[in-house]
Amino acid sequence: MSYLIGEQLSGGYGGGADIIRDCTISVDKGQIAVVVGPNGAGKSTAMKALLGMINLREGRVLLDGQDISSMSPQQRVAEGMAFVPQNQNVFVTMTVEENLEMGAFLRRDDITETMEQVFDLFPVLKTKRSQIAGELSGGQRQQVAVGRALMTKPTVLMLDEPTAGVSPIVMDELFDRIIEIKRIGIAILMVEQNARQALNIADRGFVLVTGENRFTDTGEALLANEEVRKSFLGG
Amino acid sequence: MEYSTDLLNALVLVSNYVLIPALSYGSQLALGAVGVTLVFGILRFANFAHGEMMSFGCMVAIFTTWWFQSMGISSGIFPTAILALPFAILITGLLAVAIDRSVFSFYRKRRSRPVTFVVASVGVMFMLNGLVRILIGTDEIIFRDGQKFLIKAGAFKKMTGLSEGLALKQTQVLTFVLAVISVLVLFWFLRRTRTGKAMRAFSDNEDLSLLSGINPERVVLVTWIIAASLATLAGVLYGLDKSFKPMVFFHMLLPIFAAAIVGGIGQPLGAILGGYVVAFSEITATYAFKKFIKYLAPGDFVPDGLVQFLTTEYKFAVSFLILVLVLLVRPTGILRGKVL
Repeated sequence: MSYLIGEQLSGGYGGGADIIRDCTISVDKGQIAVVVGPNGAGKSTAMKALLGMINLREGRVLLDGQDISSMSPQQRVAEGMAFVPQNQNVFVTMTVEENLEMGAFLRRDDITETMEQVFDLFPVLKTKRSQIAGELSGGQRQQVAVGRALMTKPTVLMLDEPTAGVSPIVMDELFDRIIEIKRIGIAILMVEQNARQALNIADRGFVLVTGENRFTDTGEALLANEEVRKSFLGG
Repeated sequence: MEYSTDLLNALVLVSNYVLIPALSYGSQLALGAVGVTLVFGILRFANFAHGEMMSFGCMVAIFTTWWFQSMGISSGIFPTAILALPFAILITGLLAVAIDRSVFSFYRKRRSRPVTFVVASVGVMFMLNGLVRILIGTDEIIFRDGQKFLIKAGAFKKMTGLSEGLALKQTQVLTFVLAVISVLVLFWFLRRTRTGKAMRAFSDNEDLSLLSGINPERVVLVTWIIAASLATLAGVLYGLDKSFKPMVFFHMLLPIFAAAIVGGIGQPLGAILGGYVVAFSEITATYAFKKFIKYLAPGDFVPDGLVQFLTTEYKFAVSFLILVLVLLVRPTGILRGKVL
């Protein structure tokens, strides 16, 4: 049994139609799971379902064996799930350091050690700690966003298209960092547009089409799969 | 020698009628505008009831002042109302929280659009306005006691030998000093404390602040308490400086909103700048510069007219003019706040 499982999830926004149907996604600690698929496949929705940001009609979410389906997103954050949204994922009017402090808002203990760990992971943030986050480059902002999420000392880190809109070099750099985070023993769940590169670093891959699981395998096997390559990876 | 005396006279004249009044009026507007801007930043709507909150706070301070006076309590040379301030702030804060719980939280739960909140706040404004008039009446009330002047015009003339007098009211100094202190405390709170930073984070990015575990209801609660405190302080200082009339605060809504928007709505520092910009413009535009020019002009030149841009009846037009100009030229305001 995996650490975080979304089991046979069906649901959508408000009272609208189901965007995901019977969709199952899971990830273990120290693993990277990647959700890929064409536009409109419900990738982000599936991730938001795990965090409780959509109305689930069916299915349940288990964290460490515990059913958390009825918890609010905030409660799930307190339970160790951290989420980096795709857009507007930093406090643009606050400094880098304040962004990290806000990430640790729920914690009442000393956060300096965690902050040092984030600075070790993203050294550029240390040199820019007093700078306003809104003035940073796109790649640096993503680092702040991931750093903010790490401040809660989460067990699960969920990233919604972390490499959207950054250059290929920055993307490689960011993926390297994500692998480092995985090595601390955090479960990483990622939705990605850059499917090929993402599956390259994935321990587990989920190919979603129109809200349903089409393929589920290791990243390596999915990359080797003729049908996946043809349909989703451009040959 | 004679010209330098003229120069000094002109300086004293303009200080007495423009500089000092604008500084104290600007401080009162600034305190009001900071409250409006905070509520806008956190709750995301323009609170039309803010002026009436000032009115209510001032009313409570007047009742408390009378109560203290009847018991023979005073604060010496300072107005008794200063002693009454903490009580007024407490009760106005409770009122603001009660209004939020009974009116605005309903619309928050329904995720209503900002315009719904604005209309609800207009309702609250009329309600509070009525409440204040029922409780204290509609007459003008002067509740200032203690020492009125720090410098009297006559004494100033005698002391300096100038023909122009300079009067400095204690309430003017009190207004400025209390405004500076409360603004400094507010900024320290927003920059340095956990709750203050949470408020800034919530104002910056509501969704992300929820994901960070910030409790929105707590942020809203603290915002109302701060807004009510600043409103009470502004109301009491205005009432001490001039007088208390229930409708005055209704009229002050325009310059206060102008100040908040000119400075950049959602930006506390901008609201303060805006307060002084509006106050200085209003007073400069309605002051008759005839005598000032007479002192400065060479020879015996005396302007024919009053050299007054607008009569004082039109002072609210100045706020309106500034508001329109800013919205046309720089809609985000001086410090780039949110666009309305």
